[in-house]
Amino acid sequence: MGASQTRTEDVFQELSDKTGFSLEQIRILHKRFRQLSGEEDTISKENLEKIQALDKNPIRNQIIEAFFDKRNQNDGEVGSSREIGFQQFVKVMCHFKPPTLKMTTEDKEAMRREKLRFLFNMHDTDNDGTITLDEYRKVVEELLSKSGAIGLEAAKAIADAAMLEVASINVPHMEPHEFYEGITFEHFEQILKGLEMESRMNIRFLDVDTSTMHCGKSQ
Amino acid sequence: PLSVSLSLSLSSVFPGFHLIPRLSSIVPESCLLITVGLLVGGLIKLAGEKVPPVLDSKLFFLCLLPPIILDAGYFLPIRPFMENLGTILMFAVVGTLWNAFFVGGLLYAVCQMQSAPSDLLNLELLPCLLFGSVVSAVDPVAVLAVFEEIHINELLHILVFGESLLNDAVTVVLYHLFDEYSSVGTVTVVDAVLGVLCFLVVAVGGVLVGAIYGILAAFTSRFTSHTRVIEPLFVFVYSYMAYLSAEMFHLSGIMALIACGAVMRPYVEANISHKSHTTIKYFLKMWSSVSETLIFIFLGVATVDGDHSWNWTFVTVTVILCLVARIIGVVGLTFIINKFRIVKLTTKDQFIIAYGGLRGAIAFSLGYLLDNDRYPMRRMFLTAIITVVFFTVFVQGMTIKPLVELLAVKKKQEAKRSINEEIHTQFLDHLLTGIEDICGHYGHHHWKDKLNRFNKKYIKKCLIAGERSREPQLIAFYHKMEMKQAIELVESGGGVKLPPSVPSTVSMQNIQPKKPPPVERALPQIPKGREDEIRKILRGNLQKTRQRLRSYNRHTLVADPFEDGWSDLLLKKSKMIELEKKMNNYLTVPAAPPDSPTITRARLSSDPQTYQMKQMSDSVPTIQVDLASPQSPDSLSLLDELQRADQRRELRRRPPPDEEEGGLMMRPPQARGGDQGEEGGPSAKEQRLQRCLSDPGPSAEDDEDEPFLS
Repeated sequence: MGASQTRTEDVFQELSDKTGFSLEQIRILHKRFRQLSGEEDTISKENLEKIQALDKNPIRNQIIEAFFDKRNQNDGEVGSSREIGFQQFVKVMCHFKPPTLKMTTEDKEAMRREKLRFLFNMHDTDNDGTITLDEYRKVVEELLSKSGAIGLEAAKAIADAAMLEVASINVPHMEPHEFYEGITFEHFEQILKGLEMESRMNIRFLDVDTSTMHCGKSQ
Repeated sequence: PLSVSLSLSLSSVFPGFHLIPRLSSIVPESCLLITVGLLVGGLIKLAGEKVPPVLDSKLFFLCLLPPIILDAGYFLPIRPFMENLGTILMFAVVGTLWNAFFVGGLLYAVCQMQSAPSDLLNLELLPCLLFGSVVSAVDPVAVLAVFEEIHINELLHILVFGESLLNDAVTVVLYHLFDEYSSVGTVTVVDAVLGVLCFLVVAVGGVLVGAIYGILAAFTSRFTSHTRVIEPLFVFVYSYMAYLSAEMFHLSGIMALIACGAVMRPYVEANISHKSHTTIKYFLKMWSSVSETLIFIFLGVATVDGDHSWNWTFVTVTVILCLVARIIGVVGLTFIINKFRIVKLTTKDQFIIAYGGLRGAIAFSLGYLLDNDRYPMRRMFLTAIITVVFFTVFVQGMTIKPLVELLAVKKKQEAKRSINEEIHTQFLDHLLTGIEDICGHYGHHHWKDKLNRFNKKYIKKCLIAGERSREPQLIAFYHKMEMKQAIELVESGGGVKLPPSVPSTVSMQNIQPKKPPPVERALPQIPKGREDEIRKILRGNLQKTRQRLRSYNRHTLVADPFEDGWSDLLLKKSKMIELEKKMNNYLTVPAAPPDSPTITRARLSSDPQTYQMKQMSDSVPTIQVDLASPQSPDSLSLLDELQRADQRRELRRRPPPDEEEGGLMMRPPQARGGDQGEEGGPSAKEQRLQRCLSDPGPSAEDDEDEPFLS
């Protein structure tokens, strides 16, 4: 017990150094991981699908898929894992860290790019490096999926309009016969420049373990 | 009345200042206005007449202040406000308290230190504190006036502005508290506790009152479809009543007004007609502009006119203390706040927040309200207040712009909200909520999501008329954008070229995948004669199917037949589109055809009549006539653009040689029938079928052959 304890502590320390989370945050995430996995060492898609709160989320499948997407691990691999371990779990969570006060502009740019890359991977399901019209359409459809029939009709038009906007901004002059293949990562960055992802795409990671305070609430 | 109208006509002079561009870029409008006021006051005094007590506090609080606050509340950007609510509240409540006590306390100390037996020595602690509370409140009017011109980034703007709005509650409470205490003479701990309680009641009570009136207004607007003309009136009346009710119970009127406007807005906008919406917008802007001008001018006049008692020590110490208090307050608070914020406030941000703490007319009016008997120092107070106001408005107001440039503070994003940004904002919301759920803790996003769902499920159903209650936000946004673009299209009017927001020659064709889905392959190339035949048959069938198709679809709403301005609009548009027919210029949002305003307008007006089948049947005959004519396919108006997008895609799959003009197809057909479009709502569905069934090639040629319909 004692030996494994220190071993996990070392692992945590290593993780903390690598990812920038504090030790306490890593411990809390680990606790949650164990909860989700049912005390196993890895979690699978089924584990995540069991989370009740996610049911109402229209893009639930994409989110779950993102955890298992190898591209988000920055290993250079592609494809989808069947199970992930704690390290991979934390690595995905890393994408949602807020910027610190000490970051320089370049750091912030890099962080923004990383977050945008995460989003891009979520949209680009066939991993060809571009978001085609069909993929984009699927995104909008999913977003509107909880809205019934009205949503589905509108989704097509909205996706078309959005696509056109991207094309217009990035490649302003196209001949009628030319074809805009899809949104590349650079174009994606360009259109979402205004949103300032590094300030927006963050969640608060707990520094204090509050899971014991919710009696039976946390899943 | 004379003085008022004189001042009003004077205020109309101020646009003249904008003709002197250099001047207006250096000096903010508020300063100019005060100067004008000073001049006017001086003139009147010279003329020997008694200056009417124009800045009567009652007039100020009842007439001049509400429009400005309502304008601010109605157009308050809810999202950033809510996201930063904690920070704003901290600044507003704790910051103002700190300022008040710091200034009041230190002033008292300074007064006691006076060696010479001047008036100052007689100044008690409580009046000092009262003075402190009056002078420490950041003023929304001044902040609005100055910040409007510096275009600072949204976060800072909402922080300072939100603070100025919310500190009213604190000011009201402190003011009344100290007022009463100074008559009693002694303060006990119980009183202090009561004070805190009082504050909570005032603040929460104000918000509740405002919210109740807001909901009432939203509810009323649900039923106003028959009386479109007085819709704006409801908005104004309910808001004003909220303000008055709150003031009557000594609750915070400003907070009530803000709550009313903010609560009312999403529901009212969904219910009222487009014209009412425009009316409300412009009336609010107009009233608030006029009020602001008047306030500043009167401030100038009152300065000249008022009997002042100038006391060097008091005044200078006040000014210095105000500045110091503000800076210390902001820095200290930010230190604490940053521990709780995800995105921290930098030093630059802190500086701007501190520097943006402008005092204004509210402080002056509150001072004016002081009872002369109880406060023999009143004149001195007033002088000091005016000096502080002048200092902040002139010095800080004028220098903030160069400072913003110097410090390279982030400016406001001028770019229009694009559909991509909207999609991704929504996407992000869901994503972050999902991640929070996976992490297992109930964070910020989780509650926001819950609130949204609650809103959608129950509230929207009650407060929004008809179908719109189920419209998802993304779609609403999209249609609004379509409409805006279409209006721009028309307004750019005489010119043939559309000024797209992003000049580009990209069109829908460029985006559509070249390889058609297998389904469309089934459509063979049909000889032309046969195509005509087919079309005739189909058209015949169409009329039969129209009955079936008239199933309710929001997109086929009839435009408000009472709004005849639209026919002109569509006429112009159709003319323009026709001229443009040959060109391949498209708006960045090509899927927004010119006539979508009618659709969207219809949606916005949500005329219940339009939902009735009867109405539709009335209009259908009109279309029927058109359909019979050979030109009808193209004269059909109000193609539901969503469905049309479908068609175009399907149609374009066939690669006939003249496919190039397929791209053209999008524009001319829709608008040409625009003038008949008024009543053409229900035809949208029919047109879709029409389009579906007829093929692109011949119709395109038809376009050219047809005489231009006008």
